[in-house]
Amino acid sequence: MDAFEYASPATVKEALALLGANFQDASVYGGGTDLLSLLKDNVEDTKRLVNIKKIGALHAIQNERGGLRIGAAVTLEQVLSASDVREHFRAITDAAEHISSPQIHNMATVGGWICQRPRCWYYRNGFGLFALDKNGNSLVTNGDNRYHAIFGNSGLAKFISPSSLGPALLALDGRIHIEGPNGPREATVEEFFVIPQKEGEREHALGPQEIVTAISIPAASREAKSAMYEIRQKEGMDWPLTSAAVALRMRGNTVESAKIVLGHVAPKPWPADDAAKSLEGQTITEETAAKAGDAAVQGATPLSRNGYKVQLARVTVKRAILTAAGLPFTEAKGAA
Amino acid sequence: MADYHWPPANHRELIGKRIKRIDGPQKSSGRAKYSFDINRPGMLWGKMAGSAYAHAKITKIDTSAAEAMPGVKGVVTIVPEGQEVFWAGQEIVAVAADTEERAEAAADAIKIEYQPLPYLVTNADMQSAGAQFTKQLANRVVGDPDQAFQQSDIVISEGHYGLPVITHCCLESHGQVTEWNGDNLTVWESTQNVSGMAGEYVQGLGEQGITVPANNIRVITQYMGGGFGSKFAADTWGIACAQLSKKTGRPVKMMLERDHEQTTAGCRPSLYAHVKVAAKRDGTLVAWDSDAWGTQGPNAEGSPRLPYILEPPNVRAKYTGVLNNIGPARAWRAPNHPQMALVSNGAMEDLAAKLNMDPMDFFLKNIDLAGNHAKIYRDEFPIAARLMDWKAKWHPRGQGGSGPVKRGLGLSIHTWGGRGNQSNCQVVIHPDGSVETNIGSQDLGTGTRTVINIVTAETLGLPLNAVKVNLGDNRYPPAGASGGSTTVSGVSTSTRRAATNALNELLAKVAPSLGATADQLDAWNGKILVKGNPSKSISWKQACAKLGASPVTGMGRTTNDLMSSGVGGVQMSEVEVDTETGIVRMIKHVAVQDCGLIIDLKTAESQVYGACIMGVGYSLYEEKIMDQQIGRCLNPNMEFYKLAGLGDIGEIVVHMMTGPGYDERGTIGLGEPPVVSPGAAISNAVANAIGVRVPELPLSPDRVLAALGKVPPAGGMTGGMA
Repeated sequence: MDAFEYASPATVKEALALLGANFQDASVYGGGTDLLSLLKDNVEDTKRLVNIKKIGALHAIQNERGGLRIGAAVTLEQVLSASDVREHFRAITDAAEHISSPQIHNMATVGGWICQRPRCWYYRNGFGLFALDKNGNSLVTNGDNRYHAIFGNSGLAKFISPSSLGPALLALDGRIHIEGPNGPREATVEEFFVIPQKEGEREHALGPQEIVTAISIPAASREAKSAMYEIRQKEGMDWPLTSAAVALRMRGNTVESAKIVLGHVAPKPWPADDAAKSLEGQTITEETAAKAGDAAVQGATPLSRNGYKVQLARVTVKRAILTAAGLPFTEAKGAA
Repeated sequence: MADYHWPPANHRELIGKRIKRIDGPQKSSGRAKYSFDINRPGMLWGKMAGSAYAHAKITKIDTSAAEAMPGVKGVVTIVPEGQEVFWAGQEIVAVAADTEERAEAAADAIKIEYQPLPYLVTNADMQSAGAQFTKQLANRVVGDPDQAFQQSDIVISEGHYGLPVITHCCLESHGQVTEWNGDNLTVWESTQNVSGMAGEYVQGLGEQGITVPANNIRVITQYMGGGFGSKFAADTWGIACAQLSKKTGRPVKMMLERDHEQTTAGCRPSLYAHVKVAAKRDGTLVAWDSDAWGTQGPNAEGSPRLPYILEPPNVRAKYTGVLNNIGPARAWRAPNHPQMALVSNGAMEDLAAKLNMDPMDFFLKNIDLAGNHAKIYRDEFPIAARLMDWKAKWHPRGQGGSGPVKRGLGLSIHTWGGRGNQSNCQVVIHPDGSVETNIGSQDLGTGTRTVINIVTAETLGLPLNAVKVNLGDNRYPPAGASGGSTTVSGVSTSTRRAATNALNELLAKVAPSLGATADQLDAWNGKILVKGNPSKSISWKQACAKLGASPVTGMGRTTNDLMSSGVGGVQMSEVEVDTETGIVRMIKHVAVQDCGLIIDLKTAESQVYGACIMGVGYSLYEEKIMDQQIGRCLNPNMEFYKLAGLGDIGEIVVHMMTGPGYDERGTIGLGEPPVVSPGAAISNAVANAIGVRVPELPLSPDRVLAALGKVPPAGGMTGGMA
């Protein structure tokens, strides 16, 4: 870690002026739960840290015409405490709860939750985001890829998107609010999360001089029954092996429309549209949920060591659907 | 006169009771200063540059850029140009600077050129490792195994079992603060070996051209965050730190970073084995055949002994060491035993399943093969079974329930020596009645300080707080290193003798005033009294006042008459396995353990709880993951090197064997034995739940799903045998 400048602006405008033309010029510092370890481990370098936690406008959770807008500097703990989120957008609360660390809940911010970098162990050990050897071959493909992507992995990117907010937000038709030198703009979740194709690209459609100011969820998503389910090997302080967010729009007992998004299986949140379609007009049962799970993993392209994640993704989708529908299922819980 | 023998049960005020550790408040309030917490005036920070390759010859080292950086005060070379390094991260150059950040930046600025050499870092099997990396270390034959396996009336079970390299994960990493004062060196070190550490520095510094006699070296370890067998040596960083201090004339602190700790500071060797084991239809064990191998770091020596505990009359056991570049093997709590238990007791359980026998019945049927310890296991099995409700809960393999989540039970047995190490103790009784116990031992976090306090206070008939225990300093009488469950017996017996000797000095002084002879007196309940006539007594304080100006001291050495060795333990595990996800969750783990006479029941139980938690960790989560392409560890952190958390351990029930048959054995060590069985017990419980053996630890979802046939076995996941 090299020495860097530290700035703590009071407004978004000031913050933007402190960013540079390249990602290496400045880093946006929210909770720091990811950024600080990237810097300390020499994975990334920065010339300036721009602390956005002092910007009052980024701390609000607002009801906007029935929809919800959550500022980028709002902490996960504040998200968990917001009854409007818990009652109407359960997938978001589920995603935050599954990050089972009070320390992270207290520090991590919504903006960082979607902007955090991949946990790929080659990347984190200094072998670059694409983890290529001297000859341009993928260390991931030929190495230990047990925690890597089973979808969207045909290009250079084999890592998984680590954010559990991404799938939840996508299932709820959320939007991401961005501000840059040309003023504010909005992006859909599909637009925001991208799979980088070449060196220098990132996993987000965010320019070096832009920051995320908020996320929002439309009023229409209040009608959906949503939930998120994830499979972790450990109860606490562990990354999901797979996750899935589900939002069901019901007419009586049948599904009118559904959105299903897999997490931790691809370099970006991975929509499972065929799975969602398979539920339309159906009653949710163990069987229809399982069929959707099967549909969700069609076309998976596991690497040498992560075939088991296909099975996990299948089960994750099934259980996320059952959770959203409020139906019981059996899972190993242990004695704790 | 007081004698040395341990007091009988009806005459113990403190020994064997549940007593809280005396340094708990210091630790929980942060007042306890660990080596990591030591800061000295003018202190520098040390950091090291390590090898970028798993195996290489160093062709050039250029420290000029680092030396020119701001705040850099000194550089020493650990491995010079022309020599080889044998694992990625092996220390090559150390640097000291005025801040930790500057030291780190300087270490990063050291330029090292290498000539890369062939290496092996994976858990490869013997065949693919090749002759260059293998060394056959054992081929033991007992009886006639070939003939035994030919018998017609036997049942044979064959299987593959294994567990990978794991690390120690001490809460406090390795390291020290060193300070020279003229020709005198003081070292605050996180070590299991306070009294032996000066010799380590004499030798290590001597090799670097610095002559220092042992009597000029002071070693201090007041509090320590665990060692688990990995902290006996001064290590390269200790010697380099002392060199940097010498060179700069300043104290230097050099504690390992977590990634360095995981990379270099200790690997438990792996063990993989193909096993064939046979029994008669009634369960009587007949023969064992195993072909085993394990990765042992750059130097393979010694071999695990298979089978474990229950050795049938016919045995063939081959073992091959795989020499690899994963970092040096270090003793890990009960060296070899957890590995042997998993392989052996896993194979035994599979055989019992094939015989349609309850494994408890199978183990008891063959328990005489355990020799001297058979009686202990016979005592312990029913207790463990009652605490687990084994007979009601156990079901034949694969009948773990109709839903996707299956429950199962497994068990394992283990043994360990645990004879006390050689220690010397001094007890001082001051004329004001205060007492101090001085001993060059160390408290790794296990409760050693508390045990010494208990023995001194019990012997002198005083409350705990009347005694001050001084340890963790080599100015006190020398005591053995704390490894192999040797400390509690070492220090308890020497303390008992020292305290008794001091007391007898005191009794001799006060006898005339009580109109008695010393051998008619006893110390009890804060008084010196005449045996059989307790009304004739004086208070402890009055007695000590008769000493005049000089304290009395007693010395004591560890002796065999107060201790023994050889313990047995039975553990039973109940798990839940999600057959859709391969997730294993702990429900309950029962540990029944003997360790002879228990000094402090509470810290003894804590040792067992801790061992069981550590056992859940290596059973379900832990694995040092290496990549052969880059020759490096992929998970040198606490993120993907997974340890069990509170939510993962389930209910743990500990039962210590005490009373007749156990107390009279004297003290025996306890640190190692309870960590031996969890791997086998938990693996057996999973097999019982799901109906198939998951061959290798950790029992992660990929391995469990592969064993269930729900996903193809991942390439390279096993020791090459999938």
